[in-house]
Amino acid sequence: MPDMTNSTMTGPRGPKPKKSFSRANIFLYGTLIMVSMYYLLPLYVMVVTSLKGMPEIRMGNVFSPPMEVTFEPWVKAWSEACTGINCDGLSRGFGNSVRILIPSILLSIGIASINGYALSNWKFKGSEVFFTILIIGAFIPYQTMLYPIVIMLREIGLMGSIGGLVLVHTVFGMPILTLLFRNYFASIPEELFKAARVDGAGFWQIYFQIMLPMALPIFVVAIILQVTGIWNDFLFGVIYTKPATYPMTVQLNNIVNSVQGIKEYNVNMAATLLTGLVPLVIYFASGKLFVRGIAAGAVKG
Amino acid sequence: MTVTSDPPVQHAKRPSRLFKNLMAKLASIPMILTALVVFVGGTTWTVVYSFTGSRMLPKTNWVGFDQYERLWDSDRWIISIKNLGIYGSCSMILTLVIGFTLAACLDRKIRFESAFRTIFLYPFALSFVVTGLAWQWILNPDFGLQNVVRGWGWETFNFNPINDPDTVIFGLLIAGLWQGTGLIMCIMLAGLRGIDEDIWKAARVDGIGTVKTYVFVIIPMMRPVFVTSLVLIASGIIKLYDLVVAQTGGGPGLASEVPAKYVIEFMFRAQNLGQGFAASTMMLCSVVIILIPWAYLEFGGRKRA
Repeated sequence: MPDMTNSTMTGPRGPKPKKSFSRANIFLYGTLIMVSMYYLLPLYVMVVTSLKGMPEIRMGNVFSPPMEVTFEPWVKAWSEACTGINCDGLSRGFGNSVRILIPSILLSIGIASINGYALSNWKFKGSEVFFTILIIGAFIPYQTMLYPIVIMLREIGLMGSIGGLVLVHTVFGMPILTLLFRNYFASIPEELFKAARVDGAGFWQIYFQIMLPMALPIFVVAIILQVTGIWNDFLFGVIYTKPATYPMTVQLNNIVNSVQGIKEYNVNMAATLLTGLVPLVIYFASGKLFVRGIAAGAVKG
Repeated sequence: MTVTSDPPVQHAKRPSRLFKNLMAKLASIPMILTALVVFVGGTTWTVVYSFTGSRMLPKTNWVGFDQYERLWDSDRWIISIKNLGIYGSCSMILTLVIGFTLAACLDRKIRFESAFRTIFLYPFALSFVVTGLAWQWILNPDFGLQNVVRGWGWETFNFNPINDPDTVIFGLLIAGLWQGTGLIMCIMLAGLRGIDEDIWKAARVDGIGTVKTYVFVIIPMMRPVFVTSLVLIASGIIKLYDLVVAQTGGGPGLASEVPAKYVIEFMFRAQNLGQGFAASTMMLCSVVIILIPWAYLEFGGRKRA
């Protein structure tokens, strides 16, 4: 008898361990998987459609995988799709977007990082006022500034050119990027800056030799923010460029929503995917940094 | 707005005030020009010229509030405003609810959290044009979702929010939510992660259920996060343009017109600048109406505290 009580006493104590397949858990994972499907559906449909031939699309189901995989729509979207009289495909828009993207990134991040540095380390009378105006400006609808900028670009002879669009992206990227760099530089210990000043370093010397090397992570965040932002822009592209310099998004819209000719849905979807590819690659490659960039953008609010 | 106010940096005294920090002033010229010339100057210019009868080119023939009267008499503008109202209120509520629910699900210490997060957020990396075209294809009545469901045997299934004027705005909403909820989820998740673990322990000790804790304890604690999200969503809604152009082109008829599109059509297509300026001034007014209470709550409250 004492043996029996002893054995029951040495058994496991505490509450029954939770099963990993509890009802709450099944509900939780079920919801998440259902929602994931909604989010993944368009990407899946785009890929599947772009790999089908037109006859299969006409008779088939939009969700079914292709019976015969063809890459012809991709080739056609890239090099043959027509916008109006031009039939050289999306490659031209891609080229334009790259030629817009690279100088815009260099210029906007260069200027914004210097702004942020000046605002956090070299405050002068009125600097906070200009910064506040800049931040408030980020909330003004672009529509109220569109036409004055047309006039300004005409005055300096850049209307319709890639250079003009680069300037526009630099101006409208400035509030958020300046905020990003200002907050980052403000978090760098002040002693570092003071020590450099005592050693006789000037404005640019401190910027290039101390601040720039320390700010590399925030530069990466800024680049991610700008690449996706500028690549995805449609409004400025459609207004400040002409057909020869249309960025990829504008050209894509013209290809897909053109009223002439037979609709080739597979080519349209291949073109759409091609346009989305650059930001998607950035997104999947950058992972956590992308989230950080967004969080920085959200701080704006 | 987390504008940290750090203590002013003490600099060595220089003889002239103008030349103090000269380099910093020179380096800030692009910022000063952007703030004063483009933002303040451009906005003021548009507001002033909205009181003129400008057609193809801006002219200074003052017409008072004529442009505004014409604007509010125009069916197209009224439709645009109504559409924005429906889209805006649905989008605001649904984005907050879905964003918070997803964030709460991800915060339950689940497995594959980063995989789920990656899936929910990837549409945000895409252009509105890409989003619009993808959903235009899925919602295509002849080949898309409607056709597939009919193929499964439900012959009378009717889901055509691209070509039906009554429901077209919800077609836009589906695409807009697909693109935008990931961002709000991310912000909400960051907010949830910032909440002390002890709150949960205290709630458990008091025997409060999980859902109840979220609704009555966690959500009130996350007020600033919700305010930030609301401002973000609202500023996105007013900008709504690319999605409409890509997905529906404003059609069928005028059924999915929005104010941002109205402005651009009148400025750059219809060559009626005055109308465009008046409409964009109205957009500016709506932003001001949203921003002032928020700025008051955010900064007025901070000063008193």
